[in-house]
Amino acid sequence: MTTPRTLYDKIWDAHVVVPQEDGASVIYIDRHLVHEVTSPQAFEGLRDAGRKVRRPEATLAVADHNVPTTDRAHGIADDESRIQVETLEQNCKDFGVEYLDMSDIRQGIVHVTGPEQGFTLPGATIVCGDSHTSTHGAFGALAFGIGTSEVEHVLATQTLVAAKSKNMRVNVTGDLPLGVTAKDLALAIIGEIGTAGGTGYVIEYAGDTIEKLSMEGRMTLCNLTIEGGARSGLIAPDQKTFDYVQGRPRAPKAGQWETAVKIWSGLYSDPDAHFDREITLKAEEIAPQVTWGTSPENVLPITGVVPNPADVADANRRAAMERALQYMGIEAGAPLTSLKVDRVFIGSCTNGRIEDLRAAAAIAKGRKVASHVGAMVVPGSGLVKEQAEAEGLDKIFIEAGFEWREPGCSMCLAMNADKLKPGERCASTSNRNFEGRQGRGGRTHLVSPGMAVAAAVSGHLADVRDYQ
Amino acid sequence: MEKFDKLTGVAAPLNLINIDTDMIIPKQFLKTIKRSGLGVHLFDEMRYDDDGQEIADFVLNKPQYRDAKILVAGDNFGCGSSREHAPWAIADFGIRCVIAPSFADIFYNNCFKNGILPIALPQDQVDLLMDDAARGANAILEIDLEAQTIKGPDGGTISFEIDPFRKHCLLNGLDEVGLTLQQEDKITQFEAARENAQPWL
Repeated sequence: MTTPRTLYDKIWDAHVVVPQEDGASVIYIDRHLVHEVTSPQAFEGLRDAGRKVRRPEATLAVADHNVPTTDRAHGIADDESRIQVETLEQNCKDFGVEYLDMSDIRQGIVHVTGPEQGFTLPGATIVCGDSHTSTHGAFGALAFGIGTSEVEHVLATQTLVAAKSKNMRVNVTGDLPLGVTAKDLALAIIGEIGTAGGTGYVIEYAGDTIEKLSMEGRMTLCNLTIEGGARSGLIAPDQKTFDYVQGRPRAPKAGQWETAVKIWSGLYSDPDAHFDREITLKAEEIAPQVTWGTSPENVLPITGVVPNPADVADANRRAAMERALQYMGIEAGAPLTSLKVDRVFIGSCTNGRIEDLRAAAAIAKGRKVASHVGAMVVPGSGLVKEQAEAEGLDKIFIEAGFEWREPGCSMCLAMNADKLKPGERCASTSNRNFEGRQGRGGRTHLVSPGMAVAAAVSGHLADVRDYQ
Repeated sequence: MEKFDKLTGVAAPLNLINIDTDMIIPKQFLKTIKRSGLGVHLFDEMRYDDDGQEIADFVLNKPQYRDAKILVAGDNFGCGSSREHAPWAIADFGIRCVIAPSFADIFYNNCFKNGILPIALPQDQVDLLMDDAARGANAILEIDLEAQTIKGPDGGTISFEIDPFRKHCLLNGLDEVGLTLQQEDKITQFEAARENAQPWL
């Protein structure tokens, strides 16, 4: 009898090119996504060593971090940003890699574009010089972020030298209450395990709650896996996955499709497979979440109050909490709903897909953004934008007082012109509330799209359940 | 890649948990298309004020730590993004070794590609080294990768663990791409089998 294996074990085993006893195996990489920020030095490395890209067709490039979200007719105003994007375009030309430029309808955040194009497939190994590559695990793909040296390694060899991670399973059972989304679930899990709780693991999400999530919800959940320290999140592919993939431009075509689905249908953890760590959450116990501090683990239900450092026994954790409260400009004991916001950002690879925009528009419809709040919606890709406009979501947002922008990473990390001013407080659907993340001195509260709209219209952090 | 065998130098204490990659090197410095020159921006928002002036009480601005070669930090160092600009900035500043109770996976991995040795130690040992580091220029640490030891200023020695392959690559400054390409026939065989079984990949 063969040893029972986890989903991760199965994908790993299928990709080992050169096994190594001491752990560092050569593993094959099926798909490589490339963007402008973490790739220039990798292409330069290839050039310096006289190497070529081993399989250009396995790589897809798109500019997302630096692109403006306002009118693009005149290109990128910032010199450094423009040079970085032009460098990507030139590198793709020189090395024969497909590049989606800013005027292409398919352009968008790399983790939105990959799945849309059917580039992301179950059972595949997918890497990108970006930590939120974990997103693609929603398809049952082993997907993780890598540094620029590894980008170069993959370009040159189509492999990586990697040690196998440990297996963790997060089981979630029951129905998510009204107003509670995959984003809230992900934040609740991070609150439970901590921002380093997943370090060294690949996390598989399982249970009926996960099965009931849409593909977009699964992407949101897997996207945030890295914020709990694990490089990859995984969800076993099912009919929902196959339906999402079928017919997309780079999906297997008729004739190959049936074989592909047959192989993908074997991608699940065997009943007796060993997990090094396992936790279980009840979906019905989860309320809408909001972060109060400067780490994604600093998260509470919206009904909570700012925690008190005096209640924390560990000196290092207490010091971190004191620093976070000071940075965030908040006092222990204050109700989270009392915190006034200046800005609202809806978008990012976490929450910039069509369902996110639908959820946000459902709350925004017929309401107005508070007069002191600047709010913007940035679709995750050109295709998301097109779909939203076809459904009239843009009009709902504009009518409510939101700005309707062009696709890109935007204020999730503020590399383009979209950023917070020092001291500004923002309800954001993005993935990181680190100090300075959305602009020096900016204060970020991570929330779901519906919660972001509730904050925009009320002018303070608010419970989306009061706006259903 | 620059070899790493022995390192002797001043250790700077940065006793914060969850030091993330946005703290190590903020996004505005990721627009470069080069690897070099990022050391001046290391820990930018903690190190400089809004006018770009040095903040005197930040550890790396203090005279005794300006030439630090080692950093001692809190739990979960390097969490956040995959940006290799973080280890580039650390190395460019002159720091070749980071000691902490734990590291985020991607950052940890990136260090080894850039001749930086990340050492994970139990909290009590990090606390001892943090105390040593707080003594400034008088507290020199000696790190020996071959022997896997850290010698403190008072003669005490701490051992650390490291993956043998990574150790080998650091000690010899090996080019990992070159090493993998020595296995090219195996990659080609793998691709041929895959093309046969799953041609859509």
